[in-house]
Amino acid sequence: MANQDDLILSIEDVCISYTGDLAVRNVSLPILENRITAIIGPSGCGKSTLLRSLNRMNDFIHGCEQTGRITFHDSNLYASDTDPVEVRRRIGMVFQRPNPFPKSIHRNVAWGPSINGLSGDLDERVERALKQAALWDEVKDRLEDSALNLSGGQQQRLCIARALAMEPEIILMDEPCSALDPVSTARIEDLLFELRKNYTIVIVTHNMQQAARVSEYTAFLENGILVEYGETDQVFTHPQSPRTEEYVTGRFG
Amino acid sequence: MNDAPTNLAWRHRKATMFRWFCFTVTASAVVILGMLLWQVTSLGLPWLDAQFLTSFPSRFPEKAGIKSALYGTLWLVSMTASFAIPVGVLAAVYLEEYAKPTRLNEIININIANLAGVPSIVYGILGLAIFVRFMSLERSVVSGALTMGLLILPVIIIASKEAIKAVPSSLRQAAFAVGATRWQVMRAHVLPAALPGILTGVILALSRAIGETAPLIMIGALTYVAFIPEGPMDEFTALPIQIFNWTSRPQEEFHELASAGIIVLLGVLLLMNALAVFIRYRGSR
Repeated sequence: MANQDDLILSIEDVCISYTGDLAVRNVSLPILENRITAIIGPSGCGKSTLLRSLNRMNDFIHGCEQTGRITFHDSNLYASDTDPVEVRRRIGMVFQRPNPFPKSIHRNVAWGPSINGLSGDLDERVERALKQAALWDEVKDRLEDSALNLSGGQQQRLCIARALAMEPEIILMDEPCSALDPVSTARIEDLLFELRKNYTIVIVTHNMQQAARVSEYTAFLENGILVEYGETDQVFTHPQSPRTEEYVTGRFG
Repeated sequence: MNDAPTNLAWRHRKATMFRWFCFTVTASAVVILGMLLWQVTSLGLPWLDAQFLTSFPSRFPEKAGIKSALYGTLWLVSMTASFAIPVGVLAAVYLEEYAKPTRLNEIININIANLAGVPSIVYGILGLAIFVRFMSLERSVVSGALTMGLLILPVIIIASKEAIKAVPSSLRQAAFAVGATRWQVMRAHVLPAALPGILTGVILALSRAIGETAPLIMIGALTYVAFIPEGPMDEFTALPIQIFNWTSRPQEEFHELASAGIIVLLGVLLLMNALAVFIRYRGSR
């Protein structure tokens, strides 16, 4: 296990329920800085719910209740004086389906920084984010075109650029490739390799090969319970729990 | 496979029949509307000239005009709009975006839907009691506009709520995820996306307001007005009242004047629709 200095986000004994149904049960999990952590598990195991609790996106779901503690650096993410808007500014998110704004490519990336009053030249920031998301060369001549004219894979990279433009400390990705074809998926995975140098990434995926390829740490969730957490190599080659072994070898899920 | 061909032919025949049925229904509606328009224009068009638009009502059909009613309607519609649109849209935003789905809100929502079905005369009685008498606004444009505003509020609220509800939640989430406040999400994404639907509801509602007669008669809008309102506290008449007044006279000429009045009313309606189309076009760019 990595040393404590690298800890950026700490999930301690978290339970999340929707109108009484427990979706996440007593999960404790460290998220390490500048590492990619994958959360895997069968459909409905609570992995997306857990992910959404990390930047308070569950706040919008009526009847969603949460106990336990999530610590970001040294502050409680759910403290009464923690501003969820500030949390989301520092912890970005990429969703399962590409969801660009129905506006120009430039506007998609620039909107977040401009409403948050981030300093520096906006156009430069847009260019930097699009380059980081490996989309710049494809769109640099048509930044004012509607983002909806891009292909699905390009739209998802645009959504990643939109998150990157905020220079977040953590990027949460909720099955970012599940709506994409294999070529687009490969491009996004390449992108993740690049991004992990500078960012902390938590990626939820039901694609085990993807988790094995891109992540350094893996958490396996089943029925809302954390079954196993460890370095990805170890989880996939020498799992501690027989359930993990059955899942990663494809015997169920 | 044996009876498949006959079955298929019957299914095709059903499809064709349904198509023709739909066509017939549409066509009959269009034909009836066309006949109405034809009758109105053939009767009214000869009377529709500059004199008609710039004269006050008169006992003599050749001197009579629609000026006071046209101005009254323009006053009434613009004041109704400036009251009902902001209140209606903001109420819809609150109910959709901010209010928690409690029992009370459920009751409010159901009642708004019910209010849309209340007869307009009832709003007239309410307007008479509250605006004319209790608030002492007298038989003024303001009383009429507030009464009309109440009448069309449910329509605007329901249409706006539906339009806001139809904005995909993925769009909201995307905006929240880059650190936007709820107001910023509404202002930059939800309201622009909902604008076409809201505008459609607003135009439908204002079209209803422009054609309503009963509540105006109830609150005491005048039928014979030889002046135009100069301010919100002035007395007024409106196009449908003038039209109603002319149609209830025995002389044939006044019936033709009523037709000319209807053309003017339709003209105002078309202009309002054109404005909405223009705003929608501007918004979509």
